[in-house]
Amino acid sequence: MIELKNLVKRYGDHLAVDHLNLTIEDGRIYGFLGPNGAGKSTTMNLMTGYLGPTEGQILVDGHDILEEPEEAKRSIGYLPELPPLYLEMTVEEYLDFCARLKQVPRQKREEQKRRVMARVQIEAVAGRLIKNLSKGYRQRVGLAQALLGDPKTLILDEPTVGLDPKQIIEIRQLIRELGREHTVILSSHILSEVQAVCDQILILHHGKLLASDTPEHLEETLRGTGRLEITAKCSTAQAREILRPVAGVTASESRDNADGTSTLTLDTAGGDDPREALFFAFARKETALLEMHTNSASLEQVFLEMTSDEPSRPAAAGRGEEETK
Amino acid sequence: MIAIYQRELKAYFDSVTGWLCIAFLCAAAGLYFMVYNLFYGYPNFSIALYYSMFIFLVAVPILTMRSMAEERRSKTDQLLLTSPCTVTGMVLGKYFAMLTVYAIPHVIFCFYPVVMSLAAGSTGTVYFASDYASILAFFLLGAVYIAIGLLVSSLTESQVIAAVGTFGLLLLFYLWDSLLSFLSGDAAVTLIGLLLIVLGVCALLHALTGNNTITLLVGLAGAAAVVGVYVVNPSLYDDLLVNLLSLFSLNAAFQSFALEYVFDLGGLLLYVSMAFLLVFLTIQVVQRRRWN
Repeated sequence: MIELKNLVKRYGDHLAVDHLNLTIEDGRIYGFLGPNGAGKSTTMNLMTGYLGPTEGQILVDGHDILEEPEEAKRSIGYLPELPPLYLEMTVEEYLDFCARLKQVPRQKREEQKRRVMARVQIEAVAGRLIKNLSKGYRQRVGLAQALLGDPKTLILDEPTVGLDPKQIIEIRQLIRELGREHTVILSSHILSEVQAVCDQILILHHGKLLASDTPEHLEETLRGTGRLEITAKCSTAQAREILRPVAGVTASESRDNADGTSTLTLDTAGGDDPREALFFAFARKETALLEMHTNSASLEQVFLEMTSDEPSRPAAAGRGEEETK
Repeated sequence: MIAIYQRELKAYFDSVTGWLCIAFLCAAAGLYFMVYNLFYGYPNFSIALYYSMFIFLVAVPILTMRSMAEERRSKTDQLLLTSPCTVTGMVLGKYFAMLTVYAIPHVIFCFYPVVMSLAAGSTGTVYFASDYASILAFFLLGAVYIAIGLLVSSLTESQVIAAVGTFGLLLLFYLWDSLLSFLSGDAAVTLIGLLLIVLGVCALLHALTGNNTITLLVGLAGAAAVVGVYVVNPSLYDDLLVNLLSLFSLNAAFQSFALEYVFDLGGLLLYVSMAFLLVFLTIQVVQRRRWN
């Protein structure tokens, strides 16, 4: 379990991490999601003890990362954004070095090295110099390094960045498998990736945690506030008149079309589905309802709205924040 | 620490830098050994070492430039600093690896007096004690220079800047005594010099603590003391700066070993404490960066 308590990191005047409170439970896959500069890498660097926090505390299984760094660091395997590889070493030499650095006991080193190499499938390149490896293989070697020492938690900073589509699928598959034995925290600015791999999504923006929820739940939350778009064969004024008695519906946007029809976007408050009521309201006035479709928010929209600097719908962001409490 | 030490050592010999550094030292000492000891017949190997001193200006930057800078550039410091290894262990591992590379030519130097005694046969005397003491002093002098290179390397991400910066500082120490002879012993010069030293201490303090209040207080107290003494009794400042700065003349101690055949214990202590201080500062620089 990793606990971040009131974590702050300042770079000069820039606030990279802004009073972040977070608890990482064991045995799940977490995904840090946020645009570039949201504070994902900084948070990870703080959690692994690479950087020191300006304020706040980080506990790794109850060990403070600053007070008892050795115990805390032993239970974390870290793959930074750029794999920390010594290019002039062979894969095997490099992993040997890492195992010793992580104080893996001598008699276990060889066995562990074989195991992680098999895990990330790099046995075939074991004797090659790292500088001659492709980006995908380098990423795997970086991952193998993180796995050495059998850490409880794996922290992976943008593990699929710069890989080709096939490699991305393989690495994701690997992360999912690793998630069975380790707690995994990964970061990404690609939503579909986090959606595909993680049990829990943490949306970060400007160093703040905007939302923390399962992918399904996050989508659901937003679907409740989904929008309806209707097109009716009347003017917008008439349409608004017809809509007035329908409960729980407010027209947020409307426009008259050239062919005498009008299109309205409706905000539907509450969980009730207003489509039936709408249909009958228009039918009673003998006005043809030409089109009606829900504009349900995808996770992509949730993400974009939450992380846009001028939120078009503050309500959605507010809801997200409530979820985190 | 041992893992880092071994990796560094292997890296020096896998690449050309370790060999190059050894080659430079051996070539310089070998050349002067041939000229002074074998051809001109000087009975002391220490004189060959004395003339080889300039080779530090080239060999040390080659050895130290990549030590800390390259880790930062390639981001491998993230691996080291997130492993259960301490910053002290990391810096010491690197420093000792460099010292080991640098010690290898000294093992070869130890054979030169033996060669001389073989060549001299029964016709001359070889001063083993003073020669071996000089080799020890030469080693410790280099250890200080390597520590300077280590510190400079920890301040930058660029190997080139690290090498040029180290070269500049080594040149300053190489010319230290000659430069001091140009400095006037006037009390006013001492005043200005001491004020500059106070300023330097403040800059260092600020770089290490980042605390404005402490820096300001120390700066004001230091400046007040310096100016106060000058106002009360300016004669105290006559020649003070020159004497003070000459204490830091690194080459002087080696000179007394190599040319005057004196076992200068104070000089050796200066070397060891300077090296210790510089390594300590390097550790502080690395630690401090994590909080910036």
